[in-house]
Order: sequence, then structure tokens, then C-alpha cells
Amino acid sequence: MTVQGVLDAVAAVCMVTGALLSLAAGIALLRFPDLLSRMHAAAKPQVLGLLLVLTGCAIRIGTVLDITTMVLIAVFQLATAPVAAHMVGRAAYRDGQTRSDLLLTDELAPHLDEYADQTAPNPERRP
Amino acid sequence: MNGPSLTKRERLRSRVTAVIGLILVWNLLWGSFTWLNTISGAVIAVLLLVVFPLPPVKFGGRLRPLHVVTFFARFFFDLVVASFQVAFLAFRPGEPKSAIVAVRLRVRSDLNMTLVAEAVSLVPGSLIAEADQRTGTLYIHMLGVKDAAHLEHLRAEVLRLEARLVRAIGSDAELRKVNDSREEPAA
Repeated sequence: MTVQGVLDAVAAVCMVTGALLSLAAGIALLRFPDLLSRMHAAAKPQVLGLLLVLTGCAIRIGTVLDITTMVLIAVFQLATAPVAAHMVGRAAYRDGQTRSDLLLTDELAPHLDEYADQTAPNPERRP
Repeated sequence: MNGPSLTKRERLRSRVTAVIGLILVWNLLWGSFTWLNTISGAVIAVLLLVVFPLPPVKFGGRLRPLHVVTFFARFFFDLVVASFQVAFLAFRPGEPKSAIVAVRLRVRSDLNMTLVAEAVSLVPGSLIAEADQRTGTLYIHMLGVKDAAHLEHLRAEVLRLEARLVRAIGSDAELRKVNDSREEPAA
């Protein structure tokens, strides 16, 4: 097997695994019972799926110009996906969109009033 | 906010770091490192920071390259485990149980909290539901919790992640705080 052949195989494995993980993330989004669980699907398999697809593309394309762009995509994905998941989850929790019957414990509930009081004078500013 | 406690020099350093970071991004966007890209990037970076000033970030630690590598290696390993775990849960029948736990971080700097929160969101089972800056507490939503013992294990996992991060970029004082803490079980 030539070097090119090995690289092609690695790229193919990366892309297929990445695509499957993204598919799993989509299925998880549909199947998970509540919003907070769904955000897990949006934050993890999807990120790794994208990273793997990008790796596969980088191996196949192999020009510096494209790889730098892909590095940027990867970095921003890693930096923003957790923040997005957190913001959506936080808003949903405060709005009572989570299903508490699925929670073994909830150590946030007793403290939530504290934060509500804190933000009470200006409720519109914080979600 | 830790903002006002920064000295002038620290503020300058945090701005210079931001400018360098933005120049790097600009060069990567154009796909090549040339003088033209660097100079135009610098102009845009300064403009951006004037129009949208970033809150100053206090970086009191120092880089320990070996621990940085360990942190990232472990982080990517965890990311892979987390992804397959969620993928597995997606195909398993039944609704996965979860829990929200409060984890009090030992190092309360903004930078530490942000980085731990980011990393925690990407590693197995956890997602940030709420963060309290005053007490340095992260409220973490854990997915796929089996029972109370498993929950404690996951809680310890978060503290271990913090310890790895502090070992990588924390200051000596922060490192001592993490090492002294009895909350951390033997890794």
C-alpha cells in the first residue's frame, strides 16, 4: 500500500466516523426527553463529528490555504458550542422547561431564588 | 468582576494578547502569513478592540508545557469518550436519567471558571446549567447518571479536570490551593 493509499483510508475513516457521529447527534436530539439532555447531543458528538470530518478533508485536500480555514472552524467550534449549549440550557432551566422527574438530584433549585432576587430589579436584562 | 483590580501593565498585556490573537485569526482566514495580512490584521484588531472593548482577563499563572500537553491529550480523549457515550445513549431504549450538581471550584478566577466550564461541557456527561461567579460554583447538568455513587464519581471528575487545568496554566499559589484541597480524590 502506498502512502497516498494509507492517507486516503485514514481520511475515509475520519469522514465516515464523523458523519455517523453527527447522525447520532441528530437522533439524540430527537430521542432525548428534555432540553438539557438534548443540549448534550448538540455539544459533544456533533463537535467531534465535525472535527473528524474536517480532519478527513484536511488530509484529502492538503493545501495550506484550506487547512488554515479548517483550523479556525475547529477552534471556533470548540470555543462556541459549549457557550451556546450553556446559554440555551440556562434559559430553559429558568423558564421551567426541564423535566424534574428525570433528575436524580437538583442542587441548583434551592439557589435559583437567590439569583432571581439578585436580578429582580432588572428582570428584562437577564434571561 | 475582577476587572478593576488589574494594574495598568496587566491591562496592556491583556490587550496586546488580544491583538496578537486577532492578527493570527486574520492571517488564518486569508490562508497565508504575509506582511500585508499582518498589518491589515493589526489595524482591524485595534479597531475592533476600540469599538468592542473586551473585559480584561487576568492571567496570573504560567504555562507548563508538559501539563498543557497532558491537559489537551486528556481533553481530546474525554471528548471522544463523551461523544460515543451520548451516541450510545441516543440508540438505547428508555430515557436517560440525569442530575444537576453544584461543584465549587477551588480557583475562582474568571479565566479558570471559563476554561473549566468550556472543557466540562465537552467531556463525558456534563453540561453547564448555571455559573455563579461570586462563589466560583458551577451547576452542572449530568447526563446518563446511574446512581448516587456514580454521581459522586462524576463530581470528582470535574474537580480533577480543574486540577489538570491549573497544573497546565495556573500560578503557583493556585496550584497549591488545588494540591492542598482534600476534596480531590487520588487521581
